[in-house]
Amino acid sequence: MSDKRPVNLDLGTFKHPLIAMVSICHRISGVVLFVGLVFLFCLFDTSLSGAAGFASAQDALQTSFVAQFITWGLLTSLGFHFSAGMKHLIMDVGVGEELDSANNAAKMVVGLTLILAVLAGVWVW
Amino acid sequence: MVTTITNFGRSGLYDWLLQRISAVVLALYSVFMVVYLLLNPQLDYAQWDALFGMTSMRIFSLMALLSLGAHCWIGLWSVSTDYIKPFVFRFVFQMVIGVLMFVYTVWGVQLLWGL
Ligand code: HEM
Repeated sequence: MSDKRPVNLDLGTFKHPLIAMVSICHRISGVVLFVGLVFLFCLFDTSLSGAAGFASAQDALQTSFVAQFITWGLLTSLGFHFSAGMKHLIMDVGVGEELDSANNAAKMVVGLTLILAVLAGVWVW
Repeated sequence: MVTTITNFGRSGLYDWLLQRISAVVLALYSVFMVVYLLLNPQLDYAQWDALFGMTSMRIFSLMALLSLGAHCWIGLWSVSTDYIKPFVFRFVFQMVIGVLMFVYTVWGVQLLWGL
């Protein structure tokens, strides 16, 4: 590439429409889920290690605020990653690619995530 | 210009497709687990153990596990090529992801088949 072309990579000077925010948050939620795998695998391992392990996993989810908070955070990230991922897949097959519908879809993703986040909170606590 | 991109499959298109297929499997699996746990608030160990003792559940879980490995690897590979420019750092980051996904896969297989 010619190095004489102007390059603007100063994200602070960009506009971030909702669609862009949903896109970057999809990426962030993906990374969050990846980091959370340690927790999920440990929990799964403990819960299947025997009756005592199952009880301790259950106990952690019922009494430890940290465990509950991580669970809620992961459910919420999954809710977002899932909704935005579905939107992505639907657009991949060519549906809703116009600016209007894309904007609406992004709003739906945000709305759905907020609802799921509240429901996940009700479930965990 | 980037001339060669090989990360998981043989080509970017293959990766793109794998990313979508694995996404669908992961979506089905996560919906199943959430619905199952919601429908069984009084879950006990015997029931939980029996669930993962079923061959169908083991196959479904293994599919999800393999999808997870491919999905995370392809996804984080894209993230690393976007943000990490120096070769050494990117290489190390990708190796860490690769090793972690390998460990998760083996760990998951051991859990499912109780070796
Ligand atoms: C549960 C564990 C999951 C983890 C750890 C995970 C992680 C990731 C990561 C790290 C990325 C890369 C993000 C990027 O390149 O911007 C990604 C992309 C993606 N994920 Fe997931 N994901 C998970 C589940 C799902 C589910 C259930 C769906 C289904 C709707 C999904 C749909 C997608 C799609 C469509 C992409 C591609 C985005 C693109 O090409 O730009 N993921 N995921």
